[in-house]
Amino acid sequence: MLEKALTGSRRYGSWMAILLALFGMGIYFYLRQLEYGLGLTGMSRDVSWGLYTAQFTFIDGIAASAVMLILPYYLHDYKAFGRITVLGMFLAIAAVVMCMTFVFVNLGQPARVLYVMFYPSLTSVLFWDMVVLSVYLVLNIVTGWTILSSDKNGVPPPVWVKPLIYLSIPWAIIIQTMAAFIYSGLPGRSFWLTAIMAPRFLATAFASGPALLILLCFVLRRFGGFDAGRDAIQAMAKIVTYAFLTSIFFVLVELWTVFYSQVPDDMEHYRFLFVGLEGYNTIAHGMTVAVIAAAAALVLLINPRTRKKDSFLAVACVLVFLSLWFEKGLGLLVTGFVPSPLGHITRYTPTGPEVAIAIGVWAMGFLIITVLYKIFLSVREAAELD
Amino acid sequence: MAPTRREFLIIAGLSAIGAACPPLGRIIAKETTSSRDSLLGAPGSVPALKAKRWAMVVDTRKCWDDCTDCITACHNAHNVPAIGNPKHEVKWIWTERFENVFPAESHTRIHEVVRKQPIPVLCNHCDNPPCVRVCPTGATFRRTDGIVMMDSHRCIGCKICLAACPFGARSINFVNPRPFIRKLNLDFPTRSKGVIEKCNFCEERLARGIRPACVMACPEKALVFGDVDNPRSKVRQILDSNFSIRRRAELGTKPQVYYIL
Repeated sequence: MLEKALTGSRRYGSWMAILLALFGMGIYFYLRQLEYGLGLTGMSRDVSWGLYTAQFTFIDGIAASAVMLILPYYLHDYKAFGRITVLGMFLAIAAVVMCMTFVFVNLGQPARVLYVMFYPSLTSVLFWDMVVLSVYLVLNIVTGWTILSSDKNGVPPPVWVKPLIYLSIPWAIIIQTMAAFIYSGLPGRSFWLTAIMAPRFLATAFASGPALLILLCFVLRRFGGFDAGRDAIQAMAKIVTYAFLTSIFFVLVELWTVFYSQVPDDMEHYRFLFVGLEGYNTIAHGMTVAVIAAAAALVLLINPRTRKKDSFLAVACVLVFLSLWFEKGLGLLVTGFVPSPLGHITRYTPTGPEVAIAIGVWAMGFLIITVLYKIFLSVREAAELD
Repeated sequence: MAPTRREFLIIAGLSAIGAACPPLGRIIAKETTSSRDSLLGAPGSVPALKAKRWAMVVDTRKCWDDCTDCITACHNAHNVPAIGNPKHEVKWIWTERFENVFPAESHTRIHEVVRKQPIPVLCNHCDNPPCVRVCPTGATFRRTDGIVMMDSHRCIGCKICLAACPFGARSINFVNPRPFIRKLNLDFPTRSKGVIEKCNFCEERLARGIRPACVMACPEKALVFGDVDNPRSKVRQILDSNFSIRRRAELGTKPQVYYIL
C-alpha cells in the first residue's frame, strides 16, 4: 500500500516539498546542536528542560487520544466512528514518533540513547515511558495497517487483530499516565508534585487530540474528497467539549487547593504562571492568551448552535489546540523550574536553532500523517470504485 | 587486509617493548602532574579511607564572607570548567544565602549574621536519593558507603536528575567543558559535553587515603568529613554536641550534609 503515497496531485507534491524542506532545516540545526552541545538551546542549569520536553508532553496526549475513537467504536459499537478509527490510529503513530524524536533531540549524549534498554533501571519512569511508548507504537502500526489492508481487499479484519485493539485502549491511558509520572514523582518540584497530574494529562489529551482530529477531518473533506460524516464530527466535538471542561475543572481544583491552603512554595509557582515573578512574565503573558483562547473556545463549544456549525467548530478546535499547547507545554514545564529549588528565577527563552529543530520535528510528524492519510484516502477511493 | 610478515614483526616487536616497560607511562604522567597533586601520592601507597556512612558537617559560623578556598580547591581538583555564562555554569560546591538554602526556616526576623552568612552548598549524598531513582540508565548510583556517584560514560544527558534533585546540586555540560578548565589536573578525568556532573565526596582521594579537597583547603576547619555511623568519628562528636539541621529534610531524601548555623 505504501506506493500509494508516491503519486498524487500537484498540491500534494508541493505540500510534501514544503514539509521536507522544513524537516531538512530541522536536521541542519540538529547537526549544529550535535556538534556544539545543548548550549545551542535556551535551556540552562536552572531551567534544564525546555521547548523539546514541552512538545513531548503535549504530543504524548495527542497519541493517547486515539482511544477516544477506538473505545466508542469497539466497546460500544458506535458505528459513526467506524470510518475514522484508522485515522485515529495513524495519528497516534505519527504522534508517538514525534514524542520519541523530541526526547531524543533533548539528550546531551544522543549516541547513547539505547543505554536505556541495555542498562534498564526499573525504578526510572523514563525507562518505563520508553517501553510503553514503543509498545503503543507497534500496537497502532499493526492494528491500523491490518484494518486498512483488509479494507483494501474487501475482507473483514482478521480475528487476531481484535485483542490488540482492546489492548491499545488501556495502553493509551498508560502512556499518558506514565508521561505525567515523569513530573509528578519528583520530591523537590512542588508545582508538579500533585496526584492530579495524570488525570489532568488525560483530560487535556482527550480535548487536544480529538480537536486536532476534527481539524484533520475538515482538511480531508476539503482537499482529499473524504467525508468523515457529520455524526462522527459532532460526536468528537462533544468529546472535546466535555474533556476540555474537565481539564479546566481540574486546573481550578488545583488553584483552590494551592491558594486556600496558602503554602508559600506552591503559591509562588502559580504566581509565576499567571502574573510572573520579579519581572519575568513572558510565561504569564502566554498563559493570559491561553486563558482567553480557552474562554472563547468554551463559549463556541458549549453553545449547541455554534458547535453544530462547522466553521465555528473549526475555530473552537484551533483555540482548544493552541490553548492546551501552551498550558500543557511551556506553561507546565517552565513553571516547574521557576523559582528553582534555591529560590532563583532564571529566564528561559528558546533560541532560533531550538525553534527550528522543534519545527523540523513537527514537519516530520506532519509528513508521516500526510503519507499515512494519503494511503488511507487512496485505499478508500479504490474501495468505493469497486 | 592481513598484515605482511614485515608489518607483523614490527607490531609484535613494539608490543613486546611496551609490555616490558609499563612503568614508563606512569613516569611520564607523573612528571606532568602539578606539584599540588603529587601530594596525593600513587594509589595504594596509603590505605584507603573507609566508612560505613560518609557524611559532612558544615559549620557556617566559621565561614568568612569572601573566602572561596573550598570552591577553588574542589574545582581545581576535579577539572570543573570555569564557564562564564551563569546559564551553562558547572559547579560542585558554591555558596548561597540562608534564605535560599533553608527557605522553610527563613523569616524576616532572622539574625542578621545568619542572613548574610555565605553558606557552602554541595551534593547532599542523600540516603534516599531521588536522582538515583529517576536515572534511566543507572549512570548515577549510590555506593554502600553512601556516596552518590556519577558514571559519565553511562550518562545519556536526559537531565531528569537535574529535575529530581531538590537541592540544585547537579550541572550538565551544555558545551564542551575542556577549553574552560583553568589548570588541568591529570589525576582526574575531564568530562565531555552533554553529561551530568556533581560533587563526588572526593571518592578518588578517599581511595588514596586522603580527605576531601574542600575539607583540607578550609582555613577555619568549617568543613568536617567522616563516618557518621562511627560514634568516635569527628563528625559524630560534633553532631552529638551541637544542634544541626539538614536542607529540606521534610522531603525524605535523608541528606548527609549537616549544617551548624
